[in-house]
Amino acid sequence: MGEFFSIFIDSFDVFMEGMWLTLRLSVVSLLIAIVIGLFFAMLKISRVKVLEIIADLYIWIVRGTPLIVQIFILFYGLAEIWLIPEFWAASIGLAFHSGAYIAEIIRGAIQSITKGQTEAARSLGMSRSLTMRRVVLPQAFRRAVPSLGNQFIIGIKDSSLASFIGLQELFGVSNTMGSNSFDYLPYFFTVAIYYLLIVLILTIAVNQLEKKLAVSD
Amino acid sequence: MTEPREMIRVEKLNKSFGDLHVLFDIDLKVNESDVVVLIGASGSGKSTLLRCLNFLEFKDDGNIIIEGEQVEADTHDLNKVRQKVGMVFQHFNLFPHKTVLGNVIEAPIQVKGMSKKEATKEGKRLLDKVGLGDKYDVYPSRLSGGQKQRVAIARALAMQPDIMLFDEPTSALDPELVGEVLETMKELGNEGMTMVVVTHEMGFAREVGDWVVYMNEGRIVEEGKPDQIFDHPKEERTKAFLDSIL
Repeated sequence: MGEFFSIFIDSFDVFMEGMWLTLRLSVVSLLIAIVIGLFFAMLKISRVKVLEIIADLYIWIVRGTPLIVQIFILFYGLAEIWLIPEFWAASIGLAFHSGAYIAEIIRGAIQSITKGQTEAARSLGMSRSLTMRRVVLPQAFRRAVPSLGNQFIIGIKDSSLASFIGLQELFGVSNTMGSNSFDYLPYFFTVAIYYLLIVLILTIAVNQLEKKLAVSD
Repeated sequence: MTEPREMIRVEKLNKSFGDLHVLFDIDLKVNESDVVVLIGASGSGKSTLLRCLNFLEFKDDGNIIIEGEQVEADTHDLNKVRQKVGMVFQHFNLFPHKTVLGNVIEAPIQVKGMSKKEATKEGKRLLDKVGLGDKYDVYPSRLSGGQKQRVAIARALAMQPDIMLFDEPTSALDPELVGEVLETMKELGNEGMTMVVVTHEMGFAREVGDWVVYMNEGRIVEEGKPDQIFDHPKEERTKAFLDSIL
């Protein structure tokens, strides 16, 4: 136990660098994923057959293939035509992946808002897009917060796969340090603690947000 | 006497939902400041007719003429038309994420481009008028059904419509809350608002209505002044309907 504690302390600085990279990867990929998710959610509810099919195809491809395969295709596959830096290969890969799940979360939330809300807005002379922006999306977002929080947690943990294309994010750091010392376990325990802490903080933040948004209930 | 201004005219309106034909050759005229009450059993098409008037439903054929202009869904800016035709719904449909005042000022600011200050001033005036001057900052979930419906009325009025449509505005209310909403509507009618009201409240129809239209199975069976419809109905079906509910 004393040995683990000293490893934990000694590795702190290196892990903080990994932590910083993990956070950057997570935030960048989740921001892109929200844009992608919103876009495909709109396609899904557009009632235009072609657009719906495009969205379905995207969601099918993402859900139908492992994330690691998607990241490898982006990094190694696309490297043939365009050398994409590791950070962006990982970020785009993660965003492309989370985007599909977020699209489904947003679509479900939008469709859970009753037709009466849209009708009331339209009856006041609001356009379709204004109704979506001012009436439907704010309510849908509120309803989606728990699921989105969950998806963000998954996204943060999935960012560990970026280590497979050479990024020294949290998991990459633990793997490297483990192999250098021929003693993996303490480093994996250490990295597990860091992930648990990130997820704990995010969980608390999401709960706070839910409470704040619940003032109108 | 000058000829009253015609606010709504409906000519030979037909409407189907799939195979179900719900409105047959409807003709209807609503003059300025008139309160026209549509009565009839559930499924008689009165709500559908009302919803055709602000284009929440699209007619199959026939004409809808609003303030002298024949409105067609594909050539007219319906958002503009709807600004002139306010609507109050059975289930209120208040925006739950906005406060009472937020509900009322939303469309004037977003649609009409009114300043927040001006919209707030007007919104408060309307809320005072419907008796909710102490509820500006409350969320709809904290209100009773009757209060919600009065907010909905204020919200529609905030767009300064020329015509107000009411789709069974008291049907979702507890009996003890019906009166406050009807009272608000009555005041509005007395002030000269042009109103088309779908309701099962026959007392309101008789007292406030200028013209009563009885519909059955998608057709207008009989129409006339309230006294005539309620006291001397000509049609057997009208008599049977009135007997069944009074």
